[in-house]
Amino acid sequence: MQKIGVFVCWCGSNIAGTVDVEAVAEAMKTVPGVVFSTHYQYMCSAAGQKLIADAIHEHHLDGIVVASCSPRMHENTFRKTAEAAGLNPYMVEIANIREQCSWIHKDKEEGTAKAIVLAKAAVAKLLHNKPLTAGTSAVTKRCLVIGGGIAGIQTALDVADAGYEVDIVEQRPTIGGRMAQLDKTFPTLDCSACILTPKMVEAAQNEKINIISYAKVEKVDGFVGNFRATIRKKARCVDETKCTGCSLYMNKCPSKKGKDEFNMEMNNRPAIYIPFAQAIPNVAVIDPEQCVKLKTGKCGLCQKVCTAGAIDYTQQDELMEREYGAIVVATGFKPIDPSPLNEYGYAENADVITSLELERLMNAAGPTKGTLLRPSDLKHPHEIVFIQCVGSRCDENTKRGKPYCSKICCMYTAKHAMLIRDKYPDTKVHVFYIDVRTPGKNFDEFYRRAVEQYGVDYIKGMVGKVAREGDKLMVRGSDLISNQQVEIAADLVVLATAIEPDPSARSIGTMLTASMDTNDFFTEAHAKLRPVESPTAGIFLSGVAQGPKDVPETVAQASAAAAKVIGLLAKDHLVTNPCVAGSDELLCNGCSQCEKVCPYGAITYVDKEVRGPGVREVRRVAQVNPAVCQGCGACTVTCPSGAMDLKGFTNQQIMAEVDAICL
Amino acid sequence: MQEIMNRMKARAIALLADGTVSRVMGWEKGEGEYDWSPALFENAEEMEAFVYGDYAGANLSKYCLKLGKLEGKTLVILKPCDTLSFKQLIHEHRLEREKFYIIGAGCTGMKDEKGALLKCNACKSKEFAIYDEIIDSEESRKPTGVMDRMAGVADLEQMTAQERYDFWQGELSRCIRCNACRNVCPACTCIKCVFDNPASGVQSKAPVTSFEENMFHIIRAYHVAGRCTDCGECSRVCPQNIPLHLLNRKLIKDMNELYGEYQAGEGDEERTPLTSYTKEDAEPGIVHERGRA
Repeated sequence: MQKIGVFVCWCGSNIAGTVDVEAVAEAMKTVPGVVFSTHYQYMCSAAGQKLIADAIHEHHLDGIVVASCSPRMHENTFRKTAEAAGLNPYMVEIANIREQCSWIHKDKEEGTAKAIVLAKAAVAKLLHNKPLTAGTSAVTKRCLVIGGGIAGIQTALDVADAGYEVDIVEQRPTIGGRMAQLDKTFPTLDCSACILTPKMVEAAQNEKINIISYAKVEKVDGFVGNFRATIRKKARCVDETKCTGCSLYMNKCPSKKGKDEFNMEMNNRPAIYIPFAQAIPNVAVIDPEQCVKLKTGKCGLCQKVCTAGAIDYTQQDELMEREYGAIVVATGFKPIDPSPLNEYGYAENADVITSLELERLMNAAGPTKGTLLRPSDLKHPHEIVFIQCVGSRCDENTKRGKPYCSKICCMYTAKHAMLIRDKYPDTKVHVFYIDVRTPGKNFDEFYRRAVEQYGVDYIKGMVGKVAREGDKLMVRGSDLISNQQVEIAADLVVLATAIEPDPSARSIGTMLTASMDTNDFFTEAHAKLRPVESPTAGIFLSGVAQGPKDVPETVAQASAAAAKVIGLLAKDHLVTNPCVAGSDELLCNGCSQCEKVCPYGAITYVDKEVRGPGVREVRRVAQVNPAVCQGCGACTVTCPSGAMDLKGFTNQQIMAEVDAICL
Repeated sequence: MQEIMNRMKARAIALLADGTVSRVMGWEKGEGEYDWSPALFENAEEMEAFVYGDYAGANLSKYCLKLGKLEGKTLVILKPCDTLSFKQLIHEHRLEREKFYIIGAGCTGMKDEKGALLKCNACKSKEFAIYDEIIDSEESRKPTGVMDRMAGVADLEQMTAQERYDFWQGELSRCIRCNACRNVCPACTCIKCVFDNPASGVQSKAPVTSFEENMFHIIRAYHVAGRCTDCGECSRVCPQNIPLHLLNRKLIKDMNELYGEYQAGEGDEERTPLTSYTKEDAEPGIVHERGRA
């Protein structure tokens, strides 16, 4: 018989408030196998852990049950305690009497009874535990960064700085992302390009960084330390090694109908183009949808003018396989399309624009060369209305937008208002807002400057209707402070549209088995304590992919993710989880059902000579790769013969727990 | 059917003679008029006893498990519904296709002493899911047995939980655990059944009530769920006449409703609805809601 010790934690009043911990400890003394049982205020504290270690030595315990909080919280803590005291760390079981008991019950008597049952179940399981030994796996010392915006660039630079190779995979023809489209950045009003493009150049020049642009990740296999990714590099029809970025072709290309994505499709571009002057790589790309040569076979003008001989219409997509130790998701965002919110009339009126469109209109490299002209008649607008929270902070049930705050809109709207008032003092600027949210260093000061110094008219209230009347846009809304309906005849209306994850995020999340929330933002492993890691080991989060963020926050998170990546890549070996599945070859039917349910591709089948009592024949049997298995247990419940079992959570252990609760 | 049998017999003898196959899995007459039994024939002489006709109800697919391990090819005669069981076993890698020569046998519906077999009252198909050649007749291609396959299940679903419990308690209490259902079932092919495995822990537990003993059937139904072709052999062979097929059909009906129409053994997809995941799958909440009804 094993000697088991039970340690009941009060968790201050978290458990002791609704569970009579003393009674639990007392009751456990009578359970077969238990030779020692006690309780303590904070079992996870140094004193609590010492109490456990002392009891292990004194009573020669073979295993311990800690009745405390969720194993997600402190299972590792107590495994380490046990290991330090000479026990196998997998001879530790946690009875969760906090999240699954004290926190959800009010009646102390019932809570106590349930805590006893949960502790008994843990003892029943522990009686079947076997010591397990963790294995190790090697680490590929290269990092994949998905997305080449400021988040991806910053992570890549920091990881490369520590001496590790980094591949940035960017779906667009250039890195730079959303930040490259911005004119100025708050709260200091630096020119966005002036602070971003040097970083882009730095990334391009860093010999540890490999930029794979106009490409997407198609498939990811493997596990932490040992990922294998298939990357599709789309055909640019331009040889990257030859193109000098000269732009001579620009005026030759007869196709002029391509929409300039960089300028939010407010102007056209040729079929062959470089997204913007500072693009990295500074290499042209041919839009196959617009290119006359690719569509009809007749043209080839760009090839004729290209002195470098870089144009290759026959270029095909290229598939490359690369191995990585860590993957950083930096897929960024896009503004929502406000067309369905028809009260703002975005679809009908050219002069109702989004904030990102305004950025381009105010940028020197934009469609109006930086002069603020309204799109419909290219006249200077004299009265501008900004509307905040368009599609943000919506009641989820109305399905009219996002339930969350997009976080950056208050600040960039203050920026826009201020810049316009500064450059065009004859322009009246109104801002409709629900709240103005400015929690950031120097943020509130910035907003107050817009109001106090630049005289921007902030109106608390939302807009009910934007309608065209003549060459004016009539904006009707409510002013909640004066409790009046207001109507403003505006020349231009700017919508601070909500931001949402880039559309590629969902498929990347599925590919990586990285969990996402209902809005398709990536979920962090712990909202407070592990904010830059995905719950899936080896996957890290950078930038808006995880939730709305401004530039300084994005850069901070990008560097934090890099620190985590460096911490992983610095290791030569990783300890693997020994709680993995294994197949009893004598029982295995070879039916392949487990292989089909395994979400990690950890199971393969081999023809193998099976030997056992009265058996010696070649059979098709399942084999589990313990380095790939995540211990989810899907195979064990699928296996009809019970050949598949999960170490640490064997069928026998689970049945023993059920029996302890039910019998 | 006599004509089909004669052609089949001649063909089988020819295939034995030219060495294509080493043996023939078919049927022979038993002691009574109705109890034709599966039988193995190894030469033309033995083939004299071969029969095919209205009482060849037994599904020969499961016999193939052992036959597939023998030297040479086996000729196996499969009726349309039997081919589903056979193909499902191929999907599960339990049979090797090249070890068998399959004659698809035209079928006009099978009988026993009480009349048409249960499975034939609601005939699933006249199509052969897998075969090397077909021996049939115009007659055998006509549809037979057009009863609603799920009618019995629908009746059970109409009952209250208590009525249903009483119904099954009544039925299953007759079980003598002869294991005939398990032995005949082409989906029950485990090398070692969990009920025979002392390590699984189910054997060593004394039942709390006599009914618990009969949970065997419910567990069995779950183990074959998604793989059961609804061949009806379990009910056919039950000496106690327990309508075991109703358990399987209930699970098939639920799966069809939750994950879309599916027939095990049909098509080339090895994944069953229960071993695949799609975004369109019913959410657990829906399953839970239905469970309460």
